[in-house]
Amino acid sequence: MGSTMETIRTDVAILGAGGAGLRAAIALAENAPGLRIALISKVYPMRSHTCAAEGGAAGVIKPGDSLEQHFDDTVSGGDWLCDQDAVEAFVDEAPGELLQLEHWGCPWSREPDGSVAVRPFGGMKRERTWYAADKSGFHILHTLFQTSLKHASIRRFDEYFATDLLVDDGRCQGLTAIEMRTGQLKLFQAPAVIIATGGAGRMFRFNTNGAIKTGDGMAMAYRAGVPLKDMEFVQYHPTGLPSTGILLTEGCRGEGGIMLNRHGRRYLQDYGMGPETPVGRPVLKTMELGPRDRLSQAFWHEQKKGNTVETPWGDCVLLDMRHLGEKLIDERLPFVRELATSYLGKDPVTDLVPVRPTVHYMMGGIHTDIAAATPLPGLFAAGECACVSINGANRLGSNSLTDLLVFGRRAALSALDYVRAAPRVANEATLAALAKAAQTRMRLLFEKTGGTESIAGLRAKMMDIMEEQAGIYRTGDGLEKARAALNELRRRHAGIELNDKTNVYNTEWLQCLELKSLLDCAEAVVAAALARRESRGAHQRLDYTERDDRNYLKHSLAHHHPTDAPRIGTLDVVITRSQPGVRDYSGAHR
Amino acid sequence: MSERRIELEVLRYSPERDREPRFQSYTVPCLDEWVVLDALNHVKDHLDTTLSYRWSCHMAVCGSCGMMVNGEPTLACKAFVRDYPDRIRVEPLANFPIERDLVTVMDDFMEKLARVKPWLIPGEDKTLGSGEHRQTPAELKRFKQYTMCINCMLCYSACPEYGLVPEFLGPAAIALAHRYNLDSRDGGRAERQEIIARDEAVWQCSFVGACSEVCPKHVDPAGALQQVKLASTVDWYREHLLPWVKK
Repeated sequence: MGSTMETIRTDVAILGAGGAGLRAAIALAENAPGLRIALISKVYPMRSHTCAAEGGAAGVIKPGDSLEQHFDDTVSGGDWLCDQDAVEAFVDEAPGELLQLEHWGCPWSREPDGSVAVRPFGGMKRERTWYAADKSGFHILHTLFQTSLKHASIRRFDEYFATDLLVDDGRCQGLTAIEMRTGQLKLFQAPAVIIATGGAGRMFRFNTNGAIKTGDGMAMAYRAGVPLKDMEFVQYHPTGLPSTGILLTEGCRGEGGIMLNRHGRRYLQDYGMGPETPVGRPVLKTMELGPRDRLSQAFWHEQKKGNTVETPWGDCVLLDMRHLGEKLIDERLPFVRELATSYLGKDPVTDLVPVRPTVHYMMGGIHTDIAAATPLPGLFAAGECACVSINGANRLGSNSLTDLLVFGRRAALSALDYVRAAPRVANEATLAALAKAAQTRMRLLFEKTGGTESIAGLRAKMMDIMEEQAGIYRTGDGLEKARAALNELRRRHAGIELNDKTNVYNTEWLQCLELKSLLDCAEAVVAAALARRESRGAHQRLDYTERDDRNYLKHSLAHHHPTDAPRIGTLDVVITRSQPGVRDYSGAHR
Repeated sequence: MSERRIELEVLRYSPERDREPRFQSYTVPCLDEWVVLDALNHVKDHLDTTLSYRWSCHMAVCGSCGMMVNGEPTLACKAFVRDYPDRIRVEPLANFPIERDLVTVMDDFMEKLARVKPWLIPGEDKTLGSGEHRQTPAELKRFKQYTMCINCMLCYSACPEYGLVPEFLGPAAIALAHRYNLDSRDGGRAERQEIIARDEAVWQCSFVGACSEVCPKHVDPAGALQQVKLASTVDWYREHLLPWVKK
């Protein structure tokens, strides 16, 4: 770490180069030739976790479907905690975004007549999920990345690890980031910053997330005073592989796969999602095509009843795809077959595949409005790290890939308006002083001696606490325990001493910072979960089992405090045309 | 779940501390279903926190964890320990400069990828308002295989030509150019072909096929390369012998 710091001046800095960050970058390049765009990411763009999304992206395109139905499915799927004006904008812009990707070369799967194919997905009343076999996120990411290469104004900073937002004069004016190949801290001076860093699923033991999903962007915004919204809503995906947490897409069930308990019973019918539907002929919005929160909760009950199957990696239920046949599986779910066969030794063509719920997605995130703007002027956010909210208390499968396109673009256009609205003179001396302070904190971390804590040890404790106390079902007592334990871990985090004091690609240093981000995000999850004394969507309290619209039809906002517990505020939900009702996933809704 | 102890020999190199790369050995208790990446993570978490390597998805789709495992370019998250002897040697991908430990410098590929214009150059003016391009499953199938490249760099590491001639555009970049050339929506083949045909090393590729053998996604870059060469040759003959035939 040198003593003079390089300053990189840009017009918009985008943090994160996954789906949302790339979409934002392209929108800026297309709409504002000459604008200086810095695309900053701790990994090369194609390593971003968008690549792991499998099933597809929702957008109304087929006859018989309508924006109203996509709206209704999304709002009821979110247990009425979605902001309905945002959902209206989302469903309205979704088809155009997916079509735009088609024009950029995305290899969407096709119908025999050459039109784009759609598949059924959980909680959706119509087939509206565009897919590219079972690698939809991968193809979206690579299409966006490759398209971004044609824009010379997008300057990439690959493998730069962001540490702090720079806030002066009440505005976000840039950030600091570590150039990983040298270990040097750089100052990015930018009148507008867009955060698109994805989720924070690595705070849980069992998760589908890549190692990079450590909530860095959420935590940076949180520490800079921007509230995190609805963090208590954590999505468990019902079909993860037990050994690794690797995701098997909801498309497995969309194509006709069924869920069985140890007795071979399609147990979902016992949890309000019946009656049973014919095997191999999935019926929309019921049984296996119910929403993720309900399916994951059903697993928990089956486990309590002793109806699950024991495996070396814990209790599981069984995903049966055998009746789909080899041809269909190879055509529509080839990756699923490869994953289950390699990592579990189970071939879905011939074997039942043991699966269990694993943490998949954060509905909550950086508080933004419908324009992807945060309350902090100059700061915008999009994708999983943000909470608009279109997902409410439970996201429907295939809404998130579309979300990062729609709101990635919105964030770009909002940032552009903001940058163009008025020239804002930066006080460079102040920014340099802020960056210097960040650098000093880093140096202190390097100079620390006599530490006794291990990163891996603290991380394992955090994961266990979150899994046990903040999982599918929660109680006040358990959450209090989690809160105390997290406080203890945060205190102990300060006792970490780095063994590696070198500068080049020092992953011990980065893991130490990532763990701090996860602990900050986990604190917000637990505090918000404690404050919400009701059960709604993915947030289920055994001590408050009912949804309580009188008191809790509200977003929660967690405000960071450097030394004290976060303050939890609330914000009214925007309701335009759908009053809270009953989420009906029984066959009766048809 | 049975446990097996393996010796993991890992190449270490810190430009600040080491004059040249060295090997460090770790004894790792492995579970039966572990991949080499799990063994590395065990080292990082419990034995030596200073070890650096890239990884993320642990499901062979992000392309981060390419490395040499017992001399073969492999994704560490797909290399099952049970398929290896008790001594496993892990090194950074061959043919790339080492940045630190198992981390290689990727600048060369990133520059080359952009150079082959791996984006759709529309064959016709078509507005979003006119809806999607029609593309039949058969047309999709023509190029689908080449879209599966995860940029993991195993093919560059396996390629004898790239080892000899660093200017070579290389298997993945050419396969991705070919992917767009074959897309029924694209009209940019001539532009890309010009760039590829100018690369003299393309003509040196001896169709060893090592790139296709190591590809974890069955992209078959060797096949793409031969097709590109063939197409270039046809172009040349058309231009020089049959100039009246429209391209």
